Amino acid sequence: MFKSLAPPEYLATIDREKCIRCKRCIQNCGWGVYSWGGDKVLINTSKCVKCLRCYHYCPEEAIEIVDNPTRFKQNAYWGYNHLRNIKRQAETGGIPLTGMGSDLPYTILFDSLLIDACQVTNPSIDPLREPMELRTYLGKKPSSVEFEKGRDGKLKLKTKMPPQLKLSLPIIFSPMSFGSISLNAQKVLAIAAKECGILMNTGEGGLHEDLFPYRDNIIVQVASGRFGVNPDYLNAGVAVEIKIGQGAKPGIGGHLPGEKIPLEVARARMIPVGTDAISPAPQHDIYSIEDLRQLIYAIKEATNYKPVSVKIAAVHNVAAIASGIVRAGADIVYLDGFRGGTGAAPSIIRDHLGIPIEHAIAAVDDRLRQEGIRNEASIIAAGGIRSSADAAKAIALGADAVAIATAALITMGCTTCGKCYTGNCSWGITTQRPELTARLDPEVYAERLINLIHAWEHELKEILGALGINAIESLRGNRERLRGVGLDTQILDILGVKPAGR
Amino acid sequence: MLEINAGGMYYRDLNQKIRDAVNSGEKDITVRNVNGQYYIGDGLRGKSTITVEGVPGNDLAAFMDGPTLVIKANAQDNISNTMNTGKVVIHGNAGDVLGYGMRGGKLHILGDVGYRVGIHMKGVKKQSPTIVVGGTAGDFFGEYMAGGVLILLGLNNDGRPIVGDYLGTGMHGGVIYVRGEIDKNNCGAEVGILDLDDEDMKVLKESLTEYCKDMGLSLDEIMKKGFKKLIPVSLRPYGNLYAY
Amino acid sequence: MNHDYQKDISGCGLTGLISRKRRRIGGADIVKSLCLMTDRGNGLGAGYAAYGIYPEFKDFYAFHIMFDEPSVRWTLEEYLKNNYHIEKIEEIPTSPVKAIPIAPLLVRYFVTPLRDKMAGDIQEADFVVNTVMKVNSEIEGAYIFSSGKNMGAFKGVGNPRDIAEFFRIEEYEGWTWTAHTRFPTNTPGWWGGAHPFTLLDWSIVHNGEISSYGINKRYLEMFGYKLTLLTDTEVAAYMLDLLIRRQGLDIPSACLVLAAPFWKKIDSLPEGEREALTALRQTYGSALLNGPFSILFGHSKGLVGINDRIKLRPLVAATKDDVTYMASEESAIRAICPAPDKVWAPRAGDPVIVNLED
Repeated sequence: MFKSLAPPEYLATIDREKCIRCKRCIQNCGWGVYSWGGDKVLINTSKCVKCLRCYHYCPEEAIEIVDNPTRFKQNAYWGYNHLRNIKRQAETGGIPLTGMGSDLPYTILFDSLLIDACQVTNPSIDPLREPMELRTYLGKKPSSVEFEKGRDGKLKLKTKMPPQLKLSLPIIFSPMSFGSISLNAQKVLAIAAKECGILMNTGEGGLHEDLFPYRDNIIVQVASGRFGVNPDYLNAGVAVEIKIGQGAKPGIGGHLPGEKIPLEVARARMIPVGTDAISPAPQHDIYSIEDLRQLIYAIKEATNYKPVSVKIAAVHNVAAIASGIVRAGADIVYLDGFRGGTGAAPSIIRDHLGIPIEHAIAAVDDRLRQEGIRNEASIIAAGGIRSSADAAKAIALGADAVAIATAALITMGCTTCGKCYTGNCSWGITTQRPELTARLDPEVYAERLINLIHAWEHELKEILGALGINAIESLRGNRERLRGVGLDTQILDILGVKPAGR
Repeated sequence: MLEINAGGMYYRDLNQKIRDAVNSGEKDITVRNVNGQYYIGDGLRGKSTITVEGVPGNDLAAFMDGPTLVIKANAQDNISNTMNTGKVVIHGNAGDVLGYGMRGGKLHILGDVGYRVGIHMKGVKKQSPTIVVGGTAGDFFGEYMAGGVLILLGLNNDGRPIVGDYLGTGMHGGVIYVRGEIDKNNCGAEVGILDLDDEDMKVLKESLTEYCKDMGLSLDEIMKKGFKKLIPVSLRPYGNLYAY
Repeated sequence: MNHDYQKDISGCGLTGLISRKRRRIGGADIVKSLCLMTDRGNGLGAGYAAYGIYPEFKDFYAFHIMFDEPSVRWTLEEYLKNNYHIEKIEEIPTSPVKAIPIAPLLVRYFVTPLRDKMAGDIQEADFVVNTVMKVNSEIEGAYIFSSGKNMGAFKGVGNPRDIAEFFRIEEYEGWTWTAHTRFPTNTPGWWGGAHPFTLLDWSIVHNGEISSYGINKRYLEMFGYKLTLLTDTEVAAYMLDLLIRRQGLDIPSACLVLAAPFWKKIDSLPEGEREALTALRQTYGSALLNGPFSILFGHSKGLVGINDRIKLRPLVAATKDDVTYMASEESAIRAICPAPDKVWAPRAGDPVIVNLED
């Protein structure tokens, strides 16, 4: 075969003096980088994605993965990826795929926002000793409530409250389907969600029966492919999400190739083994906003009025779209910024369509307030939440909660290598190969994810304490406690945030 | 015996008079018509006894180091703030944040107290502070307590709870004695509820004997009801909070 | 959307009293009580509010308006005349005080809305609120700082005694009084920024800082309130107007919004009450006043004192015969009531609600 004109990205190297020929690297690499040459390990470095599985499992630390020094000449304009993609396209005529969120150096607004703290005029609160509340309810809220006095003189609710989803803290797991990730990875999410009092989301791959015990912590998703959707499925979780779009690939459908549809995936998706699972770009029953309303209420009718979330990619006109979604009857608007992750997306789409989540939260929260309907739906913000600080900033900008996926996968071993779409994930996350998925023991890895959520919970409490507030609702939309650093007047205006020093 | 009429006097003038009297060796001072003057006894040293008639203002006996203050009425907030030695006796109720960082001496209160009483009290070796509250206490009683003794009697509580929520939260030293039962749900995660042993009884009786003498109460009456003891179960309750 | 707002922080002292029997009490008492707490303020703001002071005009809204420039008065009056019947206009009586060399022009108007100006089914009170919002945000240099019936606020830059002397507070008689001495820290004191803050019959004096100000403000803006007076206390006044007058909550329920019980407490309640309080917090999370505060709020039917849910600011209450007193310090009460029947410190978030007898 014609050797690719795109040099390998990484060089996998083995220190032959240290190597004890235990072959663990061969067993562990899902990409086929290593093979046995009779007396030593052979290396096909062009297959290496730097996922570091081999490094981690090499008992002698003999393996080193370095960026290939034989790369294209550095050019500030014609970047490495431009050259590499052109060469690959010249060789294949295809669209280069990628996984994870965009890694291009667009301005990260989260890193230009700083959070306030108390000094003297109001006391900071000690979150370890004093009560600090992160409990969050997602769902439609009335604009006011009415009571009647009970016979005992106690308050009795007269208003019928819309259904609410109770979270112990304002963080949930983003939708990731069985198919895009392994069942074991979904189990990790489910166990952790249950333990932490939060939610996971099936994505559009249906619901495997192994997840039934976690139904109180599951949102089921309905997307354009309608995989695995039947009345039982709609009622299997605590809420239903209509997926319109995804931050990493707004306006783009999905395509899980038949070779990644083994029996279990096929059963969950309710399709034959080995057929392509195609998610059309739009939902073909939604060509306009009134159609969305029709689907929302079709689902509410089918579920005896469970909360319905509508997930959209953050695009230029996100504020008006979100307003329409709220007026269409959604209980939750899920905004996915352009940095949001994906199992597979054309890199040209991932890197060039949409807007950042920070802008989207601010614009949507402002618009819903201007229209006096902010209480009508909760806002979930997703798309690149890297830390509890990002979460706190998103909430201060106006989100009710944030959703995380990449951060959760990182606890399972993910190193954001971005090759999820190949189905070879050596950590057993974005693969269906049984020898790889078996590596991801749900109980063991759930412990790590639970640790992460608890750590972020502590951090959020510390942030609230420093802010001198003891309930998350006092941070939500409280942009007065954010300041911008190095942002221009217009961006500050969009974010509704003052510059530091003011 | 020196009498000072504090009626309408600004706190600076009043406290200067008291300081001058103490410095000139006056051992027995009575201050009449006090109402709201701050800082009485603040930073005062020596062995004088100062009797206060009326409600003194905030920061009574702050940083005090030796004297005895007897208050014949209610008192306000921040009493015995970082007090070193000496004694404050209050024949009434007192407010919030009493004995903050108190490192020695005694604070005896006949009636009820507010929130955050005995907060971050400390004791090192022989120097150990004691607060005795005759009535009830609000939330965060003994918060961050690091040493010393807190005694809560709950007398005349008229059915109200003896103590509020978050009792001993963050406690990592010292001991709290409560006359009556304690609800574990109202305690910080760091404390354990125990019965008193002989050593406890000795400490308790010694403190209460003095308290009863100050207040004209009967020790036997008080001891008729059982006490519970709160102590920290760990010196470092947050050992697992931080990553490596 | 105007994001360029400033927030003022104030450490303070407050005091208030109410005669349940509507016995009108002279202003001398409240002045004496407030002046005891000299060290809680820094001379950069003080004020008084009183109810029952205008019996001869009790059916008219009493607009107290301050003008930075006398010329603004004519713009304002033009606007008022177009929308209100004006029963009486007079300068608010003041006395010269050495420590207050400069003061804005202070005028009061006893008015009632013109029927034909109230389009559609707008309520009279909403009409008045709209006027206050419009004047304060759109007529540069004019501030309506009091707009209730048979009540009034008197406030300015100065210490409690000077402001009392300036406004001749001792000459008024009211059944409810609140007062405030101010220690502003991050904006210079200005006349509009002193407490009490009022809207219609609501008057607020506040000690502490509302750390949730940013979201409270944005929440109120959603309901059409314009926060113009550059201080966080304003949100408390408008929040009460929203919760009680517009949304029909009773006072105890409104207090459960402002100083919401912790989930731990709510979860432990019996089902009906738990459901009610859960709904209240779910619905009004953005109305929770978070941060240290003690607040006295006066209204046409009574007086309420409340502090924050972990009691970071002081509040003491006392009763003597038909009068209830509330203040930051017990000594401020004893200054005017040396032997109360009962003295107590309200618990965190636990309101003291006193209603006038009919």
